[in-house]
Amino acid sequence: MALIEHLTQEYLRTKKLPHIWCPGCGNGIVTAALIRAIERTGYDQRDVVIVSGIGCSSRAAGYLNFNTLHTTHGRALAFATGLKMARPELKLFVIMGDGDCSAIGGNHFIHAARRNIDLNAVIINNHIYGMTGGQHSPLTPTGMKATTAPRGTLERPFDLLVLARGAGATFAARGIAAQPRQLEQLIVRGATHKGFSVVEALSPCPIAYGRRNKLGGAVEMLRSMKDSSISVERAAETEDAELKDKTITGVIYSFDAPEYAEEYYRSISDNKG
Amino acid sequence: MVQSEVKFISGNEACAEGAFYAQARFYAGYPITPSSEIAQIASERLPTLGGCYVQMEDEIASIAAIIGASCCGVKSFTATSGPGFSLMQENLGVAIMGEVPCVIINVQRSGPSTGLATSPAQADIMQCRWGTHGDHAIIALTPSSVQECYELTIRAFNLSEKYRSPVVILSDKTVAQMREKVILFTPGEVELLERKKPTGSPGEYLSFRPDDDGIPPMASFGDPHLLRITSSTHNEQGFTDDDPSNAFTLIRRLYDKIEDNADDITQIKTYFMEDAETTFITFGITARAALNAVHKLREEGNKVGLINLLTMWPFPACKIKEAVANCRSLLVPEMNLGQLVREVERACCAKEVHSYTKSNGKNIFPGEIIQAWRDSL
Repeated sequence: MALIEHLTQEYLRTKKLPHIWCPGCGNGIVTAALIRAIERTGYDQRDVVIVSGIGCSSRAAGYLNFNTLHTTHGRALAFATGLKMARPELKLFVIMGDGDCSAIGGNHFIHAARRNIDLNAVIINNHIYGMTGGQHSPLTPTGMKATTAPRGTLERPFDLLVLARGAGATFAARGIAAQPRQLEQLIVRGATHKGFSVVEALSPCPIAYGRRNKLGGAVEMLRSMKDSSISVERAAETEDAELKDKTITGVIYSFDAPEYAEEYYRSISDNKG
Repeated sequence: MVQSEVKFISGNEACAEGAFYAQARFYAGYPITPSSEIAQIASERLPTLGGCYVQMEDEIASIAAIIGASCCGVKSFTATSGPGFSLMQENLGVAIMGEVPCVIINVQRSGPSTGLATSPAQADIMQCRWGTHGDHAIIALTPSSVQECYELTIRAFNLSEKYRSPVVILSDKTVAQMREKVILFTPGEVELLERKKPTGSPGEYLSFRPDDDGIPPMASFGDPHLLRITSSTHNEQGFTDDDPSNAFTLIRRLYDKIEDNADDITQIKTYFMEDAETTFITFGITARAALNAVHKLREEGNKVGLINLLTMWPFPACKIKEAVANCRSLLVPEMNLGQLVREVERACCAKEVHSYTKSNGKNIFPGEIIQAWRDSL
């Protein structure tokens, strides 16, 4: 209890509560996991910058007691790139939503991955545009309904982590709001990884997504999220056919490659010498 | 004593030199003619100055990156042309709303869209003023020579820091790519302004609480004072706040901190105004043609004068009105279908105002201005 009290007082702007999120929204769970993860990294509060775009998820920045840069829809990674290159010693967490990151921000996402710049992207994926009223996003599964897909979307979704890998990301993990402790650990792993890290956090949106698709309330959505997930370790021992409808959680890939800001400043000092 | 360095360089090179003199140490951009020389020079020079050059994926990202860098206290700039400036409008709004100093050099070319790639124009006057949505003010400077490219770029950084605002340099293809003699300042010769930093304790600091001058001190990311920047309508703490009176207070302050200081921000250059009966009012490369026209007409004994606007926005209405107080008529030549002339008419509604426009990718020549003047008589 003491830890919760400490984290709340230190890292949340409690005067700004209650938050704007709907009942049953998973954004609070993900935000709490992020706070605990930052605490575990031991970073100085002054060195942390939370960068966010626009959407439900991006409102998290407003409640967090760190440096914050709340930007435009889809552009958070572009702002964060300039910030990181100007002051590489800062620790950046970039909170985005699924539409924010993969639709309007898709170009910035692949280029941040390509540069392997040391940004920690935390993407809250609720499969829907929540704030604008439940339109389908590039991560809405095929066939699911949305206010702009009344008969179910015909589009195929990205696998965000495969996309990131193809673009050059060196770390990717997936967690679910139903397992917040694992999510916290994954964000810590992403933060300590040198290079571009992607943590996809699946999160329920009972109001704008669950209701329309008859997925039940928050409890049912969290339960089915948990039931359909499988850890990457267990998945490795499971037949492919059984994994068809499963969400694989954990660290999906992690390897070393030159980090852009570090390479840039090294090249400068080499040239000076 | 350190001798001033004299160089023979292009307007784009002079903009880059001005930026380095002003201690700009971060550039992010995307290639586009006729501005790319600035990016090339930045990529060569900034690493030697301990600064940073990043080539971004597009112009949206370029202006985003310089805003991010500027929030770290690093003077930052980008350069582009019409199509890229269009893409920058979105995050130009962030720099206005978040009050983040930065400099955007827009080397104007002919449009709309890809237009005459790449021919000169002066048709981004109104885009620069109103291109990003919502009520706002903007500072825009307009060089007409290589020397002015250099000096106005330094001034752009100073104004940007002083007013915690983005500043646009509206250059044009001809000024940017012609070569002229330029005298570079020696270190310390020009005062360089820095943004106000918070002076109180970190606990008391609010990112958007203005001093009496309407401008809030700005911490940098990494300082003991936490900085909160947002694109949303916000209160002094930087938290989203949709209270109508708060919204109006903010919008009004963002507007007034620029417009109320027009006297400090704006500059005009006047020529032969003592006894001028007709004044040519223009800017950029067209001001050079107009000055040539004035010289020729003066040789014939005609009482004509010239105002070269070094500031487009805020519009130097008071300075123009004062300068033309004794003139009978005004002639506004410009390389577009008539954007500046409307502002001149608004500022000088009691005067007889004539317009000369050209919008075909070609510069206006002195002879055309002389003919336009004769036609107006």
